[in-house]
Amino acid sequence: MANQATTIFTRPESLNEVVTHYCPGCTHGIIHRLVAESLDELQLRDKTVGVAPVGCSVLIYNYFNCDFLEAPHGRAPALATGFKRLRPDMIVFTYQGDGDLASIGMGEIVHAANRGEKITVIFVNNAIYGMTGGQMAPTTLPGQITTTSPAGRDTASAGHPIRMSELLATLRTPSYIERVSVHSPQHIIQAKRAIKKAFTYQSQDRCFSLVEVVSTCPTNWGMSPTDSTKWLEDNLLAYYKLGLYSEPDDEEDS
Amino acid sequence: MKGNEAIAEAALRAGGNNYFCYPITPQSEVAEYLAKRMPEVGGVFLQAESEVAVGNMLFGAAASGKRVFTTSSSPGISLMQESISYIAGAQLPCVLLNIMRGGPGLGGILPAQSDYFQATKGGGHGDYRLLVLAPSTIQEAVDLTMLAFHLSDKYRNPVMLIGDGMIGQMMEPVEFPEKYVEDELPGKDDWALTGAKDREKRIVKSLFLDPLALEINNHELYKKYELMKQNEARYECYKISAKNKVLIVSYGTMARICQTVIDELESEGVSVGLFRPISLFPFPEKELRKEILKKNVGTVLTVEMSMGQMVEDVEKVAAGAKPVKFFGRTGGIVPSPDEVKENIKEMIRQDAAPAKRTRKGK
Repeated sequence: MANQATTIFTRPESLNEVVTHYCPGCTHGIIHRLVAESLDELQLRDKTVGVAPVGCSVLIYNYFNCDFLEAPHGRAPALATGFKRLRPDMIVFTYQGDGDLASIGMGEIVHAANRGEKITVIFVNNAIYGMTGGQMAPTTLPGQITTTSPAGRDTASAGHPIRMSELLATLRTPSYIERVSVHSPQHIIQAKRAIKKAFTYQSQDRCFSLVEVVSTCPTNWGMSPTDSTKWLEDNLLAYYKLGLYSEPDDEEDS
Repeated sequence: MKGNEAIAEAALRAGGNNYFCYPITPQSEVAEYLAKRMPEVGGVFLQAESEVAVGNMLFGAAASGKRVFTTSSSPGISLMQESISYIAGAQLPCVLLNIMRGGPGLGGILPAQSDYFQATKGGGHGDYRLLVLAPSTIQEAVDLTMLAFHLSDKYRNPVMLIGDGMIGQMMEPVEFPEKYVEDELPGKDDWALTGAKDREKRIVKSLFLDPLALEINNHELYKKYELMKQNEARYECYKISAKNKVLIVSYGTMARICQTVIDELESEGVSVGLFRPISLFPFPEKELRKEILKKNVGTVLTVEMSMGQMVEDVEKVAAGAKPVKFFGRTGGIVPSPDEVKENIKEMIRQDAAPAKRTRKGK
């Protein structure tokens, strides 16, 4: 019997065997794995360049087994644009949080999407700044308490949280945009499908692709990982609806 | 050829086939020229959404190992400082041209030399330097543009050319080398991002969370800057002689105006020489010091189109050995030869005066 044992689950080649610095209950680990599995399955690892953000995932380059660039805060889509334009034969992805992408990097992401850069953006939205210690993000929910909105986000002065997938889907340029979550096994499978699809579109030179992953931050939300998952389901998913927002075939002008 | 177009063509001839830009006066002709030319040479032309994005596109593009560049003017260069600091920290080559206009703020659109500090002393955050070159003619702008790509690759460091608005807008005859030949450069195989195929993965970054690692990185950077000081100091002298009473130090277009002044003063029997730094970092310190220390030189006069920026480097070189004076106009006003000449004559009159003042003091 032992002779017939086969490996059915292993670490993706695209991930290094190292311990991450992420907090217990953080979903970066799952999302990293889904990206790595997609690169493995599409056999893209050895022609991929990742672009790291500023934020909790700044050290992502230590965890992935592929070439990496480390960008200034919010500028990953500009770095990705520069590299991809010179090397259209390679695969380029950015990995960005909500402070990085939706606040300081708003200009870069909108214009990269609008130019239809053939890059993949993994956008991890947990509605708070993580690395700097739990400040209000552009995606923080109304009333949500953070260190810089101690009485809860006041929409009268801070405005309403920005729905990036919906915003980017208004652009006429063809794109693939989907919002997913990784809070349950079922959702993880759906998220994997979306991430793999995004890289597939890029490898076919089809369009700009972005997968928004609604995520938790137990540490800065001040909740246990289990409570965080519940809070995500009850609150974040009510505001950030999961689903497909843009697909290149849907566009009239591809 | 118009300066801006000559610079654009020079970049192409040096293999600078990848250009990112954002429109700004007075150098938009570079982008307009390259928008037409780049498709002919099969290069990359991209008009970005901002200079912030331009700088970061350069950063990403430079990591590929290919030659990349941008051109802009003062306020636009300010917006690129973030990425310039990162590019210097990550040790990537790229070329930037600043056709300077008057500042601070939105300032004006007329020629100035008021970004000397920004170019030579940092500009962005952190311990880093750019290699800075300053042409004074269109031909020199062509030659230095081509050289900039070479030096940038040689040192894996951003190189900035600074010229004032006149360099960009003037028309002069230029010659391009028939065949562009460069000295041999080290390969890029050990740092360019090409995909981790049959090799370890590579990371291009400026982040060193361990303070000791960051200190080591900064020492490495400064070793490069020391090499630049040894090898890349460039300058030109004009009518330097043992008769010179005054030594002018001036760069770029301003130095050309000073040459006219020197010629006119010569015909009036007043002997003045010119020392023109071509590389602003490294500043040609040793060479300038030698000229300043010559016995015949009474006073050193720095002439700039600014409130006085390079003059601080000249003072540092003179180190009190000779008086260093300054004359400049700012805000986009180009000093006329006459006003520079008057300034020098007045200076010589004053130089004759100290003896009298000493007696009065007694």
